[in-house]
Parts: sequence; structure tokens; C-alpha cells
Amino acid sequence: MAFLDVEDLAVSFRSESGEVRAVKGVSFSIERGETMALVGESGSGKSVSALSILQLLPYPMASHPKGSIRVDGQEMIGASEAVMHSVRGARVSMIFQEPMTSLNPLHTVEQQIGEMLTLHRRMGKGAARARIVELLTLVGLGDVEKRLDAFPHQLSGGQRQRVMIAMALANEPDLLIADEPTTALDVTVQAQILELLKSLQKTLGMAMLLITHDLGIVRKMAGRVAVMTDGEIVESGETARVFDHPEHPYTQMLLAAEPTGTPPHSDPTSPTVMDVRNIKVWFPIKRGLLKRTVDHVRAVDDISLTVREGETVGVVGESGSGKTTLGLGLLRLTRSEGEIRFGETALQGLNWNQLRPLRAEMQIVFQDPYSSLSPRLSVGQIVEEGLLVHKLGGNAAERRALIAAALDEVGIPGSAQDRYPHEFSGGQRQRIAIARALVLKPRFLVLDEPTSALDMSVQAQIVDLLRDLQRRHRLAYLFISHDLRVVRALANHVIVMKDGRVVEQGPAAQIFDAPESGYTRALMRAAFELEATSGGVVRT
Amino acid sequence: MTTIAPVRHRLLGIPVSPLNHRRWLNLKSNRRGYVAMWLFFGLFFFSLFAEFIANERPLLVNYDGGYYFPVFVAYPETTFGGDFETETVYRDPFVRDLINEKGWILWPPIPFDYSTINYDLPVPAPAPPSLVNWLGTDDQGRDVLARVIYGWRISVSFGLILTILSSLIGVAAGAVQGYFGGWVDLGFQRFLEIWSGMPALYILIILAAVIEPTFTILLVLLLLFSWTSLVGVVRAEFLRARNFDYVRAARALGVRDTVIMFKHLLPNAMVSALTFLPFILTGSIISLTSLDFLGLGLPPGSASLGELLAQGKANLQAPWLGITSFLVLSIMLTLAIFMQEAVRDAFDPRKTFR
Repeated sequence: MAFLDVEDLAVSFRSESGEVRAVKGVSFSIERGETMALVGESGSGKSVSALSILQLLPYPMASHPKGSIRVDGQEMIGASEAVMHSVRGARVSMIFQEPMTSLNPLHTVEQQIGEMLTLHRRMGKGAARARIVELLTLVGLGDVEKRLDAFPHQLSGGQRQRVMIAMALANEPDLLIADEPTTALDVTVQAQILELLKSLQKTLGMAMLLITHDLGIVRKMAGRVAVMTDGEIVESGETARVFDHPEHPYTQMLLAAEPTGTPPHSDPTSPTVMDVRNIKVWFPIKRGLLKRTVDHVRAVDDISLTVREGETVGVVGESGSGKTTLGLGLLRLTRSEGEIRFGETALQGLNWNQLRPLRAEMQIVFQDPYSSLSPRLSVGQIVEEGLLVHKLGGNAAERRALIAAALDEVGIPGSAQDRYPHEFSGGQRQRIAIARALVLKPRFLVLDEPTSALDMSVQAQIVDLLRDLQRRHRLAYLFISHDLRVVRALANHVIVMKDGRVVEQGPAAQIFDAPESGYTRALMRAAFELEATSGGVVRT
Repeated sequence: MTTIAPVRHRLLGIPVSPLNHRRWLNLKSNRRGYVAMWLFFGLFFFSLFAEFIANERPLLVNYDGGYYFPVFVAYPETTFGGDFETETVYRDPFVRDLINEKGWILWPPIPFDYSTINYDLPVPAPAPPSLVNWLGTDDQGRDVLARVIYGWRISVSFGLILTILSSLIGVAAGAVQGYFGGWVDLGFQRFLEIWSGMPALYILIILAAVIEPTFTILLVLLLLFSWTSLVGVVRAEFLRARNFDYVRAARALGVRDTVIMFKHLLPNAMVSALTFLPFILTGSIISLTSLDFLGLGLPPGSASLGELLAQGKANLQAPWLGITSFLVLSIMLTLAIFMQEAVRDAFDPRKTFR
């Protein structure tokens, strides 16, 4: 008998507008010591399925119309609180996606892990401390003794995720449920965490249910895979078999969805749109009674770049490397030093009013389409705003036509103007955000991680759209991303950034095929092969 | 390029944007709130014409072939063949006989206004409900129904004016604090703490003892303390939203600070501000009523629900006073709450109605 047996499980949510069937009868089982991946896009019901194993859904809003979940032969649906208590955190543990919010910010590392031990094993303080040190060493957190008293905010994302894993392992569970364990982490850290999970599973012999949207992770980690969409498992089997011979059209679509293609050819003689020399964005650190500047945070330090018409410059780096600040600095949305020439105009020294006419020609698209559209304005009003500021389109009817044309260009029907952003999916919202920038007919676009918050298949569509728009309008892009696959599909030139400085800069082909610096190589390995590079270059 | 003709919606004949039309539909689909809104404003509208409903002067007098409008014009008694140069007292049986000899009188449905004393009571005042005084009289022989109608008008208009003024001031103050932050915010916050620490009721009582309170003076006095209630909410919303991506996107488009505040930040703050409005409206009505109840409010003799309430307490043997004032106040406040609840939901874009 399998350790975990899920049979014909269904989950429904009651809402004001009737019942939402999130999961419609899924079955899978996991043997001891085995890793299974549940893969699907957002809204496919994979997380809901996993949460129902531990009965962590918001009951009674959620309900199970049918199905059964057996952990080691014991039925979970309808089990008493006492039974659930003995299972949760002891026999089955879970690690969550967001290490920033899943640790209690007011408890130290020792308290967080200690709680698991005292609750389930009634361990004394001394014994618990010894076990905590052992666990933290096991998950590879350096300087363990010192970090026992650290609060979550004193740790990096990767370190927090390690603490989460230590918590989950505290009681030697038989099954570990990992819900998107690395999605919020940088690529190099992601590779390390995956490696850690894999080795822990081998040494502890536990079963693992891995929930992810990233096919690369599935291929690397899981023996078996189940593909979920719209609340159903459409295909499952050995990972190698599913990847090599996908049978269901959805699986085939998912596998084909990786951003592909090459950027349009760049022409070194085309006119320069944005030319930046030695740009610096330094934030002062002020100390003491008189708030004297004692030092600077060098968010962007001495970077030069040139973007030509119809050409994309990709900026690559991990979080905190200063790539977004660079984009904001170029558009003069944050104070900077150094020379910025937009076409023939020097931007530095212009005040807000003098910059306004130029703003129509240089635009920005933000990462999170959920926060970059005002929820209280209709799509039409959102796109119209720039037209009003720059007095384009004479009257309301003309503006409406311009908006419809811009929306049409990004693949949103013009009739959607009167609807609110929340009625659209993430990918559609990002298209609307692009339309807002596009309606002004800009020459230069800063794209700040425009695909990071989207599902894989949607990412590919947005990449295609961006490339298509570039070809049609000879747009110049500054494409900021941590995702090397997307950058490879779009950029002619690449800048690799770390701690505000350029590590490597050059034509895309050269950077991807023959990276010179060790950091770039580590980044590539982590991104394309999910391998952590040991040695000094990449640290947690 | 095709031109898409905007869909034209009309509300009471006025063209409105599709969004406002949807809000209106949302409002309508909340039956309870919609009905409450019509009742509240219907009754208020009705009470605006109190002079035509409850008045001691007739609506129309036909005398000697001529038509007279005592509601609008003050006629001396001599017009109708009386003895005095002063204004006609139409309730006087002598005057009535004079007019009825050569014409007729059209009375409003309730032939009393809020200060008319009915001298023909069969029992000592307060008199119980009868065919003449439908809800009885108070302890000075004044018709309760007439006083309720006039009292409704004063209370609701006072509440509405105070709510509008204090929201305008409160939202503006909160917006400035939240958007600019820093020292502006810090200074303003400390001032607010001191200001709201003042014992408002005692100050009102002391001031009421010094100045003769009128409608306007009471409005200003209460406004001094009621505008602070919205500041916190609006400030918090502005502080939260000013770093949102869509505000940054608007800055990237070159939009001015003032426009950002009005277009992007204010609508955000509006829903939370709207959730507070019913409390401000009912609070305003209640503070006027309670000042009246304590005898510190509107000048003596004005139609006031608080005074009626006080009379009900003083005359427990006349339950119609207490019951009437209780029912009127609770209906008024309940309607206000239901109505505002519906308005708030209608502005919430995430709320979907079936």
C-alpha cells in the first residue's frame, strides 16, 4: 500500500456567486521514499489538492463533495482535530512558497523550530536546542550557533527557506509537501535549495510531493509527474516518459511553451535611442543626530550602455543587483548622476515640466500586472491617462478609437475598455499595461521583469507579443529580467549585473555561448541546468 | 482603424459614463439599500415642504371673490374685515367665521405648525392622539406630528450638511498628510492627537452657555470636532497607495501630483471613507439630538427631536411622546445606515451582484 493515497478527490469553494469547483476528482498515490511532482499553471488546483491532504483549507467555505485521502491507511477527510494534530508537522510536513511571510517575524529561529519539537515530542529546552542545531546544520545554514537568535528579517530569502525546511524536517516526517519551494528565490539560490531537498530526501528516505509550475524543476527532481489543469489530472506517469512522449494536448502545449525564438536582427547603423555614460544611483546612508551622510548604498555604480532603434538590451541579475533602479534612473524616475542622452536630448538637468513632453516617448512596463493597474479605473481610463497628459487625440471619440487600436494591437478586444482590471487574467493585465505604454507611440520602453509574475505558457505569448511589437514599430527595449531563458529569446545585447556593478557586458550570443566571468557561468548553470556551483562565486 | 461608438447610458435623462451606470445598477440590485435610499430621501424631500403639510396658516383663502395665499404672504387681519393691523390669526374662530361668511378656507392636512399651541384640548396637555392631533400633543399643547415633520427636516439637513463639510475637510487633510508624508505628516498627526483629546461635549456645553446657539453656530461648533474622524483612514490609504506601481506608472507618464492625488489615490481612499460616512451622518444627527435632549441645542421652541425625547422622559404618563420620538429616530438612523451600506458596496469594483 502506498503511503499517501488520494482517490477521486474533489474540492469545492462556496462563494457569493455559487459554488466553485476547484478540484474535480483527482487520484494519485506516493510510495515511501518517492518524489512525485504535481505540475500545472496557476489556478489549476494543484495547491488546493496539496492543502487538502493536511486539511488546511478554509473549512467550511471549502468542502470535499467526494473522494478520500489516506495517509498510511488513515482517512484524513473528516478526521478529528486530534488525529490531524498527530499527522500535521509530525508525519506529513509542508513547506510553503513565500519564505518572507511563512515565518513568524516576531520569533527567533530557535523559537520557530523549537515550537515544532515541544508540540509533538514534548522535548525539553536543552534537548530541543541540540536538535535544532543538528537540523540547521543538516539544511546547510552556516554559523548555526549565531543564527539561533536571529529573527527572520535578518536572514536572506534562501536562508529563510532553509529554516522553513528545517522546521518541516524537525519531526522526521514520512512525507514532505513542498509547495513551490523555490519560486520566490533567485536562480542560484533555487539551485542550491533543490539540491538540498534532493539530498535530504535520499538520506532521510522520505516521500516528497513537489508542487511547481516549473518544468525544469520537475525534470530534475521528480520520478513521477502528474499534470494538472482546471482541477483535473490530464496526464501522469514516469517523468522521462511524460517529457519525451507527452500524450495529452495540454502537456504538449506546456512543454512547447518555453520562451523560444531569437531576437530580431540588430543593425549597428540604426540611430541611437538611449545613450548612457557612467550612470550612478547612490542612496545616502544617514546617521547620527545631524543626519550626516556617512556612506552610500551604491544601487547602480558606473554603468554605460547604448540602446539602438529596434534593438533590445537585456539586463540580467539576481534580486538586489540594482537592475530595476537602473531602469528607473534611465527614465529619471529616481535621482542619478552621469550622462543620459535620449535621442539628441540630454535628460540630466531637465526639470519635471521640461521632461513631460519626452515622457510620451519613453515608457515603462512593470513586473506585477496586479499592482501596476489602478483597480478603480476602467481599462479605457487606464490607457487614456497618457493621452490626456500629452493632449493626444482631440476628443473623447478619437481617444476611444486610439485606445481601441492600442488594445487591439496587444490582443485585447477594444470593447473591453469599460471593464475593470480585476476581470482580466495576469497575462491579459500585462497586455493592458503594455497597451498603456504603447498608446503614446514611444520609441523607448523599459520592461521591468514583464514576464516574471506570469505562467509559463503566458510568458511565451508575452515574449512573442513584445518581439512582434518591436519589429512593427522599431522599438528600443531595455529588458530587465532574472530569467535568462526569456532574455535569450529577446535580447541583442546583455548586461550582467551584480551589486550595482557590471560583471559582464556584450552581444547576447557571446554572453550566452562563451561567458567570461565565473559569476555569469554560475548564473547560466543555475538557470539552465538547475545546478548549484560550489565555490566562492555564488553564496547564499 | 475602426471607431467604436461609446455606449450611451442615461440616468434621469442625464448621460452617464458606463462605469457610473454599472455602479447605479449595483446600487439598485441591493434591494434593501435601494428602498431605504428612496425612503430616506423621499421623506426628506417631503419634509422640505413641511409648510404645505403642517401649518397654522391656510394654503389658500377665497374671500370676497379674491384669492389669498397666507402660506406665502402675511395679510393683516383687516384684509378679511377684522379689527387689527397685525397678521391674521387664522385659527381664531372669529377670523374663521369672518372668512367663511364671504368665501372659504383651504387648510393643509395638518392645521398646526411646530409652534402652534392647540388651546381646544379636551384634556390638559399632553393630550393623547385624537382625530385633531394624530399623534397627540406635547406638554405645551403643540401637535406632535407637526413637530416630527419639522424636526425631521432640521435633523436630516443638519446631518447631511455636517457630514459633507466634515468629509471635505477630513479627506483633504488626510490626503495632504498621506501624500507628502514626512514633517507635514508628523506635525499634523501631533496636532490631531491634541485636538481629538479635547473634551468636545464639555466645550460645546460651555460655548452653548456663552453664545446663543443657532443652526449655523451649532453646525460650526460640531464641525470643529467631527472632521477628524476621516483623517486617519484617508491618510493611511494615501500612505499605502503612493508607492504602488500604478502610481509610479502614472509618474512615468508625466502626470502631475495633484492629478495623481485625485485620480489614482482618492478613489482608493473613497471606499474606506465611504464606509465611515454612515457613522458620521448618524453621529451628526445623534449629536444634535443629544444636545437638544440636554437643552443645550437649538433655541427653545424650535422643532427638535431631542426635545421631544426629553419630553417623553419627563412625561412617562404620556407614552405617545416617548414612543414617537424613539420610532422616528430609529427609523431615520436605520434608513441612513442601509442606504450608505448600499452606496459603499456599489463603489466597490470587486463586488459582483447577480
